[in-house]
Amino acid sequence: MSIHASPRALRASSWWRPVAARLDRFAGGVFILPAVLVILAFSIFPLLTSLYVSLSRLGFSEGGVQLKFVGFANYAKLLFGIDRPHFLGVSGPLTPIGIAVLVAIYGLFAFLLYRYARGPNLTVGGLVGRVLATAIAGALVWLVVNTILTSGRPGTLVVTLVYVAVDVSVQYLLGLGLALLVVQHLPGRRFFRVVFLLPMMITPVGVAYLFRMLVDTSKGPLYPLWAHFGLTDISWVTNPWGARLAVMVGDIWQWTPFIFIVLLAAIETLPHELVEAAVVDGANRLQVFWRITFPQILPATVTVVLIRIIEGFKIVDLPNVLTNGGPGTATESLTLHAYTIWRALDIGGSAAVAYMLLIVVTFVGISYVNLLRPRAAAA
Amino acid sequence: MASIRRRGGSVSTTSISFPAMTLSYIALFAWTFVVLFPLYWLAVTALKTPLEVNGGPFYIPWRDFQPTLDSWHYIFFDLREDTFRPYTNTVVVGLTSTAITVLLGSMAAYALVRMRYQVGFGAIGSFVIALAIAVVVVVAGGPWPVGLVAGIAVFVLLLQTVARRFKRGVGNDDIAFWMISQRMLPPVATVIPIYIFFQQLQLLDTWAALIITYTAAHLPIVVWLMRDYFQSVPVELEESAAIDGASPYRIFRSIVLPLAVPGLVATFLFVLVFAWNEYLIALFLTSANAQTLPLTVAAQNATRGPQWWYMSVLILIMIGPVIAMAIALERYIAKGLLVGAVKG
Repeated sequence: MSIHASPRALRASSWWRPVAARLDRFAGGVFILPAVLVILAFSIFPLLTSLYVSLSRLGFSEGGVQLKFVGFANYAKLLFGIDRPHFLGVSGPLTPIGIAVLVAIYGLFAFLLYRYARGPNLTVGGLVGRVLATAIAGALVWLVVNTILTSGRPGTLVVTLVYVAVDVSVQYLLGLGLALLVVQHLPGRRFFRVVFLLPMMITPVGVAYLFRMLVDTSKGPLYPLWAHFGLTDISWVTNPWGARLAVMVGDIWQWTPFIFIVLLAAIETLPHELVEAAVVDGANRLQVFWRITFPQILPATVTVVLIRIIEGFKIVDLPNVLTNGGPGTATESLTLHAYTIWRALDIGGSAAVAYMLLIVVTFVGISYVNLLRPRAAAA
Repeated sequence: MASIRRRGGSVSTTSISFPAMTLSYIALFAWTFVVLFPLYWLAVTALKTPLEVNGGPFYIPWRDFQPTLDSWHYIFFDLREDTFRPYTNTVVVGLTSTAITVLLGSMAAYALVRMRYQVGFGAIGSFVIALAIAVVVVVAGGPWPVGLVAGIAVFVLLLQTVARRFKRGVGNDDIAFWMISQRMLPPVATVIPIYIFFQQLQLLDTWAALIITYTAAHLPIVVWLMRDYFQSVPVELEESAAIDGASPYRIFRSIVLPLAVPGLVATFLFVLVFAWNEYLIALFLTSANAQTLPLTVAAQNATRGPQWWYMSVLILIMIGPVIAMAIALERYIAKGLLVGAVKG
């Protein structure tokens, strides 16, 4: 690999030790290569193996098991075949609300594309990328609207998208709010700092069981509440949206601390003078936040939200333990989907689901980074 | 020469009005309740008998039910080794992998922020071709060391010849994105290949397998988080140190790392949490010897349903050390940061 490291402003003149001087020149490689090699070693082999597995089927022959190459059959089954209702869901006839939402979102997409095409930064690559991204995003929106806002039912892909969208946005708002509250000079703020971290420290399997205990309608701590509304007999987790809500509440409870601590550390790393100068100039708290704090923590925000999006797509423990994916497959996430059919020994189908997940996450991740990185850099 | 002045405290130095303070406290205590109530429930469940857990909600010990240490006794004395061994494993694996990850990750993150890399398309192409050859060798039935050697040979050969003709390449941001993209494949898909990998190395059910896997899995997160912290360290300090003759390593160790302590602490804390709590990879890579605590927790889901009382005890003793560490390290996050580090 040809790495041309040009340490900006780091031209050290270590004349006193030739070895050190040599090492200094290769500092670029020394700093980055260990991480790159470790990641490389652990990414390529699994990536290729599971790609191959996703293109094959596990067959039982005399003398043991065998992987048989079947081409794209596993993917076709998910997208067009018998697993389509499970993966993509069942769509119903569009309702007026659904049409309105579709028109609004597609209109927004068209407007953004038009603005870019008429803007000064137009390049062929940028335009092609944006058209492609808009097309895929449009297809996903179509899928979501057609399965959720109609009489149909969402598949695991849509359910996972809903989990990620709701969880990450709520976690971000809560995490940011809490970080801003804790950063103030309040007595006892160190107590809050530690307490707010607690949910993140419990093992996800443990959190899943904990929430299963909490949402129990007959012996959980919220029993008086259910009793008051007469809900004790019907297990409310049999309601698809109720069950999904339980999963999302658990995820939000566990991972808000992650965003909280990253944003807190970012806010605390900010230079003092900026805020002080602004306050001297008569800026109020809102102005200080929008003009100074927010732009300064934007890079950390972009990162932490990206990490949460990527991790959120892999949600598995909560739906698995809390509802076992049910009622039906209503709470099943993509990873749980891959896991259940893997347990049913459909290894190829499982790898295909995992790869579909990889494709969706990659698409969302790349679009997100391309949309926000320039903005974060400009700020 | 720049001078470093440290000051304790946070960003907002303005005094807070009384209504704002009241509202802040209401919000803070509301969230404290949301956070602590489930944990309180965990704690009281650990003091109940199975009969009391299943008999409906009892809230307050001594008033609603008579607390008992039966579950604690079971975990500490009846299970004994089956609790302590996973505990040791979790501590060793968690701390070791986190230390390695944070070290390697922050080095790479610093490099991605302060140095410019260009990996040529020629090099990437060579790598892909070499990889394809190695894969063909292995698929055709050759032993994997032969494939590895053949791949490396082809790679070096192409790199020295054809690859030099390509001028363009990918830069720092692309490297960073490539790193984070390694976390996108769900563990359920990667865990079988990783299992085969360690089986070949005969490292199954050892600390080493878990430490290596966790290091690789969490490196991208460290790189991404530390990148942002390093970006906020003023470059002028490093420049003046370089002029004074400090080597890049010296600058990294003596200037950059100390200034990024809050970021390092935060990153260390939750990479530790990830490694401490990881379930699926541990499930596949370990059996009796190197089993970690999350597996012990999940194992309390017996045929007659989850044994909440044992589970609660295990979860509590699991988070104990992490909480202690968070309290100990919190002062670093809270400690004052770069205040007026660069003057003029």
